[in-house]
Amino acid sequence: MYSKRFGRIVLGFYSHSTNASSVMQRRPASCPFSWSSACKHRKQLLQRTTCVSQSASHTTVDPEEVRRFQALASKWWDEQGEFAALHSMNDLRVPFIRDNLMSLHRECQPGRPLRGLKILDVGCGGGLLTEPLARLGGHVLGVDPVENSISTAWLHSSSDPELRGRLRYRPCTLEELLGSEEEDRGEEEKEMADGPFDAVVASEVVEHLVDLETFAFCCGQLLKPGGSLFITTINKTNLSYALGIVAAEQILRIVPQGTHDWDKFISPADLEHLLEPYGFSVQSVRGMLYNPVTGNWCWSDNTEINYALHAVKAAEEPPHRQAEPEGQA
Amino acid sequence: MYSITKAVLVRNKFIQLQQLSAVSHIIGRRVVCTDTGDKNEVYDVIISGGGMVGSAMACSLGMEPNLEGRKVLLLEAGNKKVMDRVPDSYSTRVSSISPGSATLLNSIGAWDHIMRMRCKPYQKMQVWDACSDALITFDKEDLQDEMAYIVENDVVVAALTKQLDSLPDNVEVKYRSRVVQYTWPMSYQAVDAVPWVQVTLASGETLHTRLLIGADGPNSMVRRESGIPTVKWNYDQSAVVAVLRLSEPTENNVAWQRFLPTGPIAMLPLSDTQSSLVWSTSHQQAEDLLELDDESFVDAVNSAFWSKENQSELVETAGSLFRNALSLLMPSAGSPRQLPPSVAGIGPKSRAMFPLGMGHAAEYVRHRVALVGDAAHRVHPLAGQGANLGFGDVALLSQVLSSAAFNGKDLGAMQHLLEYETERQRHNLPMMAAIDLMQRLYSSNAAPAVLLRTFGLQATNMLPPLKEQIISFASK
Repeated sequence: MYSKRFGRIVLGFYSHSTNASSVMQRRPASCPFSWSSACKHRKQLLQRTTCVSQSASHTTVDPEEVRRFQALASKWWDEQGEFAALHSMNDLRVPFIRDNLMSLHRECQPGRPLRGLKILDVGCGGGLLTEPLARLGGHVLGVDPVENSISTAWLHSSSDPELRGRLRYRPCTLEELLGSEEEDRGEEEKEMADGPFDAVVASEVVEHLVDLETFAFCCGQLLKPGGSLFITTINKTNLSYALGIVAAEQILRIVPQGTHDWDKFISPADLEHLLEPYGFSVQSVRGMLYNPVTGNWCWSDNTEINYALHAVKAAEEPPHRQAEPEGQA
Repeated sequence: MYSITKAVLVRNKFIQLQQLSAVSHIIGRRVVCTDTGDKNEVYDVIISGGGMVGSAMACSLGMEPNLEGRKVLLLEAGNKKVMDRVPDSYSTRVSSISPGSATLLNSIGAWDHIMRMRCKPYQKMQVWDACSDALITFDKEDLQDEMAYIVENDVVVAALTKQLDSLPDNVEVKYRSRVVQYTWPMSYQAVDAVPWVQVTLASGETLHTRLLIGADGPNSMVRRESGIPTVKWNYDQSAVVAVLRLSEPTENNVAWQRFLPTGPIAMLPLSDTQSSLVWSTSHQQAEDLLELDDESFVDAVNSAFWSKENQSELVETAGSLFRNALSLLMPSAGSPRQLPPSVAGIGPKSRAMFPLGMGHAAEYVRHRVALVGDAAHRVHPLAGQGANLGFGDVALLSQVLSSAAFNGKDLGAMQHLLEYETERQRHNLPMMAAIDLMQRLYSSNAAPAVLLRTFGLQATNMLPPLKEQIISFASK
């Protein structure tokens, strides 16, 4: 009953904090907080955040809060901890994104190969992938509905002058971002507007989503024509069930139990079919293999388990672009 | 049911608000912190120690295309060493530069400066034993390629300094800067802590860096302060160094080394008429040698290379039998004995001594710290490998940092630093073990040790493939 009534998940990101994620996931489309009002509300909150952050005299920090954030920060950024596999996945996904973007945008300089590119990291979590992309010169916006993760990510990057000015985080979902984008247009804070982006990255995210149609629609809207969409996720095969859920979660405990729901996994072919109507053409799909003994990832011809996908949005508007996907009531 | 929804939502909103305000507290605080942080900009790499290895490190990082725009700082306690023209007299502190090291120096543009200043290639090396007739020679097959180069340390540093001057401002050098304190970051990020290595200079200035490279020599302060455990021992030996004048001009393209029971004595070519002496011996004899007048010193050197007083008949007979047996098996292998040139005099006031030891850092890296050169490993000079091991560190560490930057990594992160450590230890440890074993085997004149090394040396000398392996390992 409960789940039926509130189960309308607009975009259910995988989250590590039940509090914040429940806010995101249980907001029904018909709730009193309408879409735009929620956005406005959030904007006010963000403005408040900015105001407070600008008052430099504000130094009375609640030590309890600080301790809580420290605990979280050390969790996301502990290279040997729960997220070790995500840390080492950077060895594949950063070069994958970098090389594909470098071949599309040729005028790059060696020290900062992604300089001048606007990149959106969807479901950025603690910023494990967001920071490397910013270090490569990209102007990266990380969004995640889990505010604790966003504050962890922000905290981790904030003291680094190399990342300052290149990296921003917003605690919101993809469609909230799109909503605020559309609202922002035409207002004086146009330079604050985030999109459109040269690349959207959704790494280890789509297997946690319920409504992939909306996801694909939003990505298409936020990307420039010719922009790149990078997705890494888990295939929907018997092998991925055996390794991704039984072995990784239940036996080896590489990933916290209950992280993944096999029903939400998607095969590269299905993902391609899903993306095509939104004007995407898939450029490459590569299999990724994780070695639990060494803790390293390597490329593989086999896409049965994990894979990375690169799709490019058509330079012109897609012919049968839908104004709003049906799932978006 | 609907009211519950509302209640839940309101409650959740409230939690959201709380969380956001917590974030903003933190944000506010960070702004305060970064205000002071801006004055102390964060260097990407600070290298402590501007000797041969430290300067090469700075040059190499400064010229790495993937590190373009990264800020590198080299800290050197001494003065800037500029050499407009090479001094007439040779310096006593020289290094044997292997082809591998020459490749590194060439890639950072310093090798041309060195060639223009002063260096002496040699094609052959002869090592023999004072206690027997056993000898081994190493040479490049065609005698075309250089086996290695003898270069004065001052020349190497001057060439690197010249190259550093030509680099754009992304590489900065602070001469006459003494470090008084290093403050290490925690490996996880705490709100109040500075996440960088802090370097406090004697001038009171505090610098921040993502990665500190310790190139500060065998008594490395970086190594000590970071608490990296070190295995080390002294050899109870000192090295006496001097510039030797040969009695007559020769081609002088052979490096000579003879193992005396007190330690190895080596003569390394500097020019047609001069060679560099490195004589490792007991502290007492070293002091005595320094006291001698020039003429007696020259006599002592000549007799160290020529005397037969340490040879025993037993070993002699066994050795020659073994040699004859081997030459029956492999008539063409081996090489004839050559005689070292005799010494006529020494350069004025060129004698000096320094104690010898061996040391190895158990770890080359820590979070945001890496050791290179003698700070990580110190060896006996008998194999002429000290500088080469250091340049090998430089070559690999810059390669590792370059690819880390190209992958968007934090330069001070452990993952790629460990890669550097593993690969270098895999090269350095066998080399160090071999050098230490040689030193031990040759500092005895007991018959079993002498016989063992006599047979070993002769057998190795007869086996060209083995010798090639040794040369290629030492040439890296």
